[in-house]
Amino acid sequence: MTVTNTVHTALKAATTYLHFDEKGEPYLRGVRCTQCAQIFLGDRDHCAKCFSRNCMTTVPLSTSGRLYNYSIVHRSYTGVTVPFISAVVDLDCGCTIKGNLLEIQPAADALDFNMRVNMVFRGAENANAAAEGYVSHFFVPAQENVP
Amino acid sequence: MSEEVYIIGADMIRFGRFDGATPPGLSAEAALMALDDAGLAINDIEAVYSGNCGETMVGQRMMQLVGQTGVPVVNVTNACATGATAFREAWIAIKAGICDIALAVGSEKMGKGMLVRKNRANEVVSSEGLVGSGSMPAVFAEMGMEHALIYGTSLSDFAQVSVKNHFHSTLNPKAMYQRETPLEMVLESEMIAYPNTKLMCSVNVDGSAAAILCSERKVRELGLSSRAVKIRASALSSDPFTQRNLVMPDINTVSRQAADQAYEAAGIGPNDLDLVELHDCFATAEICHYENLSLCDEGQGAELLRTGATTLGGRIPVNVSGGLLSKGHPLGATGIANIYEVVTQLRGEAGARQVNNASIGLTHVVGLGSACAVHILEKPSRLKA
Repeated sequence: MTVTNTVHTALKAATTYLHFDEKGEPYLRGVRCTQCAQIFLGDRDHCAKCFSRNCMTTVPLSTSGRLYNYSIVHRSYTGVTVPFISAVVDLDCGCTIKGNLLEIQPAADALDFNMRVNMVFRGAENANAAAEGYVSHFFVPAQENVP
Repeated sequence: MSEEVYIIGADMIRFGRFDGATPPGLSAEAALMALDDAGLAINDIEAVYSGNCGETMVGQRMMQLVGQTGVPVVNVTNACATGATAFREAWIAIKAGICDIALAVGSEKMGKGMLVRKNRANEVVSSEGLVGSGSMPAVFAEMGMEHALIYGTSLSDFAQVSVKNHFHSTLNPKAMYQRETPLEMVLESEMIAYPNTKLMCSVNVDGSAAAILCSERKVRELGLSSRAVKIRASALSSDPFTQRNLVMPDINTVSRQAADQAYEAAGIGPNDLDLVELHDCFATAEICHYENLSLCDEGQGAELLRTGATTLGGRIPVNVSGGLLSKGHPLGATGIANIYEVVTQLRGEAGARQVNNASIGLTHVVGLGSACAVHILEKPSRLKA
């Protein structure tokens, strides 16, 4: 599920790596090292893995992946909605990113390591009251995980 | 290589919450205690390495309180590895032959409650709670969850670390707390970031610790060998590239790298150790570090704890000081406080928590971002004059 065009064009990107395509749809952008093929979240010039310089080409990141790891956060900074699931997701493109996992019980019993998840874009104020007016990426369980 | 380096003085203040205390004032207190322990004065010190995470120029401001001798003062910051990094810089200066006696000191004035990270320059809105969590309890929760994923480690396995370290601290008059916390109490305390409950998080306290390092030549000259603890190895690593490190800090690899280097430099293995003070900033971390420091085989961390091996009286006692979980964790002081604990044990001066026949001990701290410092220390043996 993505927010509609009319909603998100009014919103600003909550992170430096969230961009809008020509239709105004949000996506996450990374870079791929032309030497070793490692993909990184966001922009950078040089490769932390193979140490090549000025070797990066921008790529859109996959919008699906698997839940590698998580913590369920019950106490956080002022203004942050708790509890929430801090998810570490291995995207299908080979890049690992973090995000909140929504639409599933924030309880260890409900979560399976390695479960399929999809990326969605939503208003950021639901996660952090101070982020009104921004859009961010989130994750939701893929349909195959929903009983 | 160049001559050996010894610790001839070490001390820490009792960790606690001190209204009105300042980092330079806290550092001054520990520095004078360490000087007294060595029987030296501030004008015997040829270089100062000062660790603090919150303020600038704490080393010079400390000297303004205890004696402005004009020696080089270097301020060090390396997150939770700050104190140990300052200590290592002093070791390097003596190893290099630049000086014979150096002071390493660390202090921190902490707020109560959770550490709050400042927004980075390029961060448009705070990412905390919006793009998962980067809070310390959550980061170290994920370290534990990865162990759970691979080895099936349970919440109560991790909680048992807190039970052990809180028990140890009942024997340490310099710890913030001297209170036992049974397993049920640990499990039932407020959940902060699953699986870390409040009693599985280190205590944010004010504190300071200091050590006086000295060249072998000078130890002989001063006749201080009977209490001089030898630095067998000093290792420092930064996080090498691993697949998920930029998103989920890889605290394991950076620790393994420093530990392996330290064992090699000391020419010993983990079985030669008699005690360890390791970075139990959260209960989840300690079990992982058993394996990172090769105290047991891969995946055997929880079992090592269960057997009692890491409790005082066991095969390899870990965090007999009470650890960061109960002694407290004033960031810039922690690395040197760990060294103070091992020095005290190796001198046989640890009182009720003394590890029998302690000859060799290891200290380990991790600063997130990341830095890992490991030191291996050996008990005093009389040097020929």
